[in-house]
Amino acid sequence: MANIEKKEFVCIRCPLGCNVTATLTDGEITEITGNTCPRGADYVTKELTDPRRIVTSLVRVEGGALPVVSVKTASDIPKGEMFDCAKALKETVVSAPVRIGDVVLKDVCGTGIDVVATANVEAV
Amino acid sequence: MTKDLVIIGGGPAGLAAAVAAKKAGIDDLLILERDNRLGGILNQCIHNGFGLHTFKEELTGPEYADRFIREAAELQIPYELSTMVVDLGRDGNDKIVTAMSRERGIFQIRAKSVILAMGCRERPRGALNIPGMRPAGIYTAGTAQRYVNIEGRMPGRTVVILGSGDIGLIMARRMTLEGAKVRCVAELQPYSGGLKRNIAQCLNDFDIPLLLSHTVVDIKGKERVESVTIAQVDEHLKPIPGTETEYECDTLLLSCGLLPENELSGKLGVPLSRVTGGPLVNESFETEVPGVFACGNVLHVHDLVDYVSEEAAAAGRKAAEYVTNVSESVPADDEAPLRLTGTNGVRYTVPATIRLSHMEDSQVIRFRVGSNYRNATIRVTAGDRVLLERKKNVLAPGEMEQLTLKKADLETLPAGSEIVFEIAM
Repeated sequence: MANIEKKEFVCIRCPLGCNVTATLTDGEITEITGNTCPRGADYVTKELTDPRRIVTSLVRVEGGALPVVSVKTASDIPKGEMFDCAKALKETVVSAPVRIGDVVLKDVCGTGIDVVATANVEAV
Repeated sequence: MTKDLVIIGGGPAGLAAAVAAKKAGIDDLLILERDNRLGGILNQCIHNGFGLHTFKEELTGPEYADRFIREAAELQIPYELSTMVVDLGRDGNDKIVTAMSRERGIFQIRAKSVILAMGCRERPRGALNIPGMRPAGIYTAGTAQRYVNIEGRMPGRTVVILGSGDIGLIMARRMTLEGAKVRCVAELQPYSGGLKRNIAQCLNDFDIPLLLSHTVVDIKGKERVESVTIAQVDEHLKPIPGTETEYECDTLLLSCGLLPENELSGKLGVPLSRVTGGPLVNESFETEVPGVFACGNVLHVHDLVDYVSEEAAAAGRKAAEYVTNVSESVPADDEAPLRLTGTNGVRYTVPATIRLSHMEDSQVIRFRVGSNYRNATIRVTAGDRVLLERKKNVLAPGEMEQLTLKKADLETLPAGSEIVFEIAM
């Protein structure tokens, strides 16, 4: 007899927050319901196989009009790397000026993903 | 100084309104901003999730703001920073804006039209009646957000959060990632006030407990917060004796709701909604004072900035139309507007009135519901006539709803008709 299991998720891909249900038959995804758009199915599939998150944080700025600049991972990184990523960013310092999109840390925690600035900080 | 249009506030609402007004042909306009840069609260909202509707991509707050700041710059829209509007008055049809800045002192602007875009404030401890001592370490979630994200300082190490509004949820994750221990989020209501996705990605991801139907009944600490006592509440929201748990912590964050900031609107005599705390507006986002428009969180508190931008752009276009009509002395019409009301679970509607002569082919109506519903229908009626029915799987107080009314459906209604929004189970 097949082992059928249902798992519930709240999709985080947009603020709609759809309640999505995945049906697993013997550990394999056989049905996904409740999602409004394809992103919901993609989210649940990833959540069951390789959960990932975008991390947003700050890095220190030297010589800038502001002491810190906001940053984000350019795409989502494995969920388990969130704390190591935050720690790596605490030790990162950049020099002003910083523009939106500037890479502040390459290949964070060996994920292959860069961390980029999300705000502009002028030099003073 | 005279201006055709003055926009009070340079956050997302003010920027989108200014851009739209300028594109509609108003060149003589000015944004007045209290902070030392444009962008408003978006500057401290460094998390992602903004702009999916507007730009079809997921931006952080500063990136979303930058799109509008750049557009305003390309359109050469003038603005004054570090400038605080302290009074609003009227002289005939003109609006008198009194503002002050360090460079210019106090100055006045005579404006044909004003757009209110001052945003909102957080409900502070003083408005919450929390018992206990008064040590340092109690912040609104937004204040903590500013400390962490703008000043680069941590307000505390061990945190309890009261209220499950979105800013509190976002700050639970933010402070956890920065090395703080968030012990729990207590919510007085039996449901969260925040978006579902924020509970998933800000609390569940980090195993932070969400205690529904719980509140703070005591705060201890002489100089600094030492502990917070949380108790369960009954169905009347009263603490249940014997359910108290004391949490050792050095910080209490408050995320207990936002209030539109309408002190200035009050000075002008703009009537406010008793539900939202924001001005009552018609289909053009015009308050009951002709030529004074309102948009964004000063009008009603939004969950999504995308809808703020959309609403503010409409207000900007309508303000431009007003300025043009006043300049050409087009007489104001005195038709009795359609009145929109919410009942049976629908708490309010924005707009509150519709003048058919000014309505575009369709009009988005935004509203909030008073509690959680499953498999409910939102019904819109005028007298015996059902104008619209929309099935909804889930309705929640924390999530703003919207419906679109078509002008063609309203044209046959008698002037002054009431249009009722309600939840039919």
